[in-house]
Order: sequence, then C-alpha cells, then structure tokens
Amino acid sequence: MRILKGHKVAIFGERDDVAGSAVRNCVLAAGAEVVYETTSCFV
Amino acid sequence: MTDNPVIRNCAFCLVHTPDLVRFGSKPRRELEAEPSLADRLEGALRSYAAAVAYPPNQTFIGNLSPLQLGQIPKPWFAGQSPRNSAEASGPFGEIINQDLFYAALRQANVLQPPLVALTTEAAQKLAKLLAAHPVFGPLAQSAMAADPAGFQQEIDAGKALPLRTGGTLQGLVRGDNRSEGAGDINLDPHTLLEALTAKTTGALALRWLLHREQMQPDQVDYIISCGEEATGDRYQRGGGGVAKAIGEMCGCVNASGMDVKNFCAAPASALVTAGALIKAGLYERVAVVAGGSLAKLGMKSMAFLREGMPILDDSLGCIAFLVTRNDGASPVLRLDRGAVGKASIGASTSDQAIYEQLILKPLRALGLTMADVDRFAPELHNPEIMEFSGSGDVAHKNYRMIAATAVLAGEIDKAGMRAFTERIGMTGFAPTQGHIPSGVPYVGHALAAMQAGELSRAMFLCKASLFLNRLTSLFDGVSFLLESQKRQP
Repeated sequence: MRILKGHKVAIFGERDDVAGSAVRNCVLAAGAEVVYETTSCFV
Repeated sequence: MTDNPVIRNCAFCLVHTPDLVRFGSKPRRELEAEPSLADRLEGALRSYAAAVAYPPNQTFIGNLSPLQLGQIPKPWFAGQSPRNSAEASGPFGEIINQDLFYAALRQANVLQPPLVALTTEAAQKLAKLLAAHPVFGPLAQSAMAADPAGFQQEIDAGKALPLRTGGTLQGLVRGDNRSEGAGDINLDPHTLLEALTAKTTGALALRWLLHREQMQPDQVDYIISCGEEATGDRYQRGGGGVAKAIGEMCGCVNASGMDVKNFCAAPASALVTAGALIKAGLYERVAVVAGGSLAKLGMKSMAFLREGMPILDDSLGCIAFLVTRNDGASPVLRLDRGAVGKASIGASTSDQAIYEQLILKPLRALGLTMADVDRFAPELHNPEIMEFSGSGDVAHKNYRMIAATAVLAGEIDKAGMRAFTERIGMTGFAPTQGHIPSGVPYVGHALAAMQAGELSRAMFLCKASLFLNRLTSLFDGVSFLLESQKRQP
C-alpha cells in the first residue's frame, strides 16, 4: 500500500463487487488522494 | 411468531416483446446514433418459441428449479430445452406472447382519444385472443373497437410510436396530444409507453395471482406497486398512482393502494410494508405487484450483437404476491423486532458493515445464525446475460460476499467458503429487469419447497442503487426472512 502514498487515484467501483466507497477507504488509509470516484450499477 | 403475516401466494410472468426491444433505453440511443443498426437488431431477435424454451425463463415461471437450471450446461440459448416440450405456462405464471400483450395494452388505456390504438385487423384478432384467455379474459372489460386510420402520419410526425409484429403495423401508442398534455416531455409517446407497459404487465401478474389463489378481485384490500417507472406530468413527475391503476384494470373495486419506491429493492420494501400493514391489523389481504421495465429491454443487446448471439433481454418481467394474516400453513414473513435487515445511512460506506446489518443483525435478533438459513436469495440475474455483457455472474458475486460475511462472523473457515456457497446458493435465472431480479424471484420456489417440507428458512437480500438518482452516493439494502410452518421430517 506504500506505493499509493502521495499519489492521485481514480476509483471505479461496482455495486455487486467492490464498491467505490470501500476502495476509497483503503486508498485514503494508504495516504493517496482520491480525485475521482464512481460506483456503477450494471444491472 | 404467530402474529407475523404470511406470503400466501405469488405469481411470476414474462412478457416476450421482441418488437419493443428497440424502445429500450440502450437500443433507442444506439439506433438514434446509427439507424442502420435496426436490421442487425431485428435479425437477432428470438422467436416466442425460443423464449419459452429458454431454461432461465422456464425457471422463472416454475417449470424448473434454480438447482435444476444450475445442472444444465451453458450456453443455454443454444441448447435444447431440458423439458421434452417446453410449456408457456408453469406453476407460478406464464410466458405471454406479444399479441396478448398488445391486446392488454389497449385495454389499459383510459383516455379519449385513446393513448393506445389498434388497426382494424389487429383489434379484431387481439380482442378475441384476450377474451378467450382463461386468466386474462376478465381484462377484456370493454369492447376493443377498431381505431381510425392514419396511424402512419401520426408516427411520422413523432406524435406516436408504432406497435409492430415484425413488419406488420398493429397499432400505435400516442403521447397525450390534448392541449393539457402537448409539449410535456413526461407525457410524450415514449414515456407513456413505459408507464402503460408497467401498468399492463402489473395487471397481467395480478390476474395470475388472483387465478392461483382462486380469489375474486373485490377481495383485495390494498395494493402496493413496487415497479420502477415514474408516472405523472410536469408538475409531479414520479407522483405514482400505478398500484391503483393496476387494481382498477383488474376490477379490485374494494382496494386502495400506493406505490413504494426503492429502486431494485422496492419489492422487498413493499413486501415488508405489506406485512406490517397486515400485522398492524389494518388489512387482511394485501397484494404486492410490480410491472416490467421497458427501459431495460435490450440493455445488453450491443454485447449480444457483438457476440453473434440472440437478444436475450427481450422480455418484460412482472410479479405479484399475496400477503395475509397467518393462515397456519403458508410461510411466515418474520417481522419481529429487528428481524428485517436494513442498510443504515451510517453503515453504507463499508460492504462489511452493510452485510453485517443485512444478515447478522437480523439473525441475531431472532436468536439464529447463518447455519440456520437453508438458502440465501440475493440478486438473481441470469448469469448468461450478465457474463456475455462483461459484468460477470452477479448472483455468484453476491454469494461470495455472503460467504465472506460467514467467515468474518466466525461461522465458517475461509477454506469452507466454496462448500458454504454451494449449500446456501443457487444459479441466477431472472431477466435483467431492475427490480424484478432482486431476491424475490426465489419466493415462488421457496413457497413451493416449504409447502413440500423441503426448506425451513430462506433469507432474501435485496439491493438498491440509490446513487443512480444523483442525490446521494449511498446504496440501499433490505433483507427479510421467510420461514416454513411445517415440521421438518
């Protein structure tokens, strides 16, 4: 996770898999900056 | 638990509407951008016989169980039906053809001049078809007169959409072209076709529910519609009224009703609401009904064209349930305090927290564990549709999260996830119709298995993508437990 520290991150999540919000929580904890986040519903 | 309500009966129907696929949101946009796509799209449409024989469709109406479906090798669309002669009717409902749907759609109109009009030839043929149908005959309450000619001019002027069977024009659907409706995009031909489709298919499912229960329409006390369509004009887009429109069409003269909105989880929310109305003693018989979604026809059609496959999302789904006081026999809807799972606003940023709220908290409130549940019914989308379009097996993804929840709860080891999923899971079989596949397609199979003494408890996990309204980043979840009253052998 150290590789994310100080980086800008774009997140593409999926409702029936890993939601964007869950990824955001992880990358923020790793010290990254979230510049875009979305969760898609494919159904 | 004796004061809890029961789900006494249900109905599941599909309406095969290949000539309406072009009016689904995705095909419509693609055709506007590339009109020459029309021939390819039309060439990939399935026949009614192929839609009837399709194993997931046979599972939806109850001729196959989800476990039997899981034993059939894919691709399902290319194979033979496992039944010697696939039937359009099943224990839960029927796969309805397009002609019958057009006839019912004409009967759904209440305006003058009519929003739905048929050619002289079609009116004569379709009126007989509807009146002769053993379940839908009562919908033919008024004479289906032939409508004036001049349809093509209205269609060419953009004032109406054509209703076709292949190359033959059967009729049209108009916008509200009266002075009070003209210019309102909420009352244009397309939006009203969506709304009329929801009403008509909801009525078809409710008629099947009344037929299965051998119940008169005037015995229904209350109707809750849980479809996705927003109905109303420019001043109250999404105002509702679909439940009572469906009830009116079916002759439920003693019922009132309302619409419950919660995206795909609306049927679960509606069942819980219906049960609560029964448990509170307000009503004795509440019908929960959902019509199909025109917008979602052909949603994955571009993937099917790319793969050289038939268009598999060519059918509207419609469902109905009867919730009553405990009759001492039907499966119980557990509405004890804490028994209904919810995704609280504060928990909605973590999958782990949501699954804990949807599964573990309700079970703990009832003194149960996940081991006490025989089957879990999450999003039950037909995997053949989802996998070919690149979205993966949605049911399987949900089972993976359910199994992970069992691991985190200390109920199983990580190594046991696969075996656990096989014990509590099933193959998805529902059409990609938004609110239709969300857990509740298993209710019919669960009721049958519980009546046969083969199933004790089923938990339904239904999700809703609230974020699609652009007002929140949340998604929602609703879970409920259905429990047999029969002693296990």
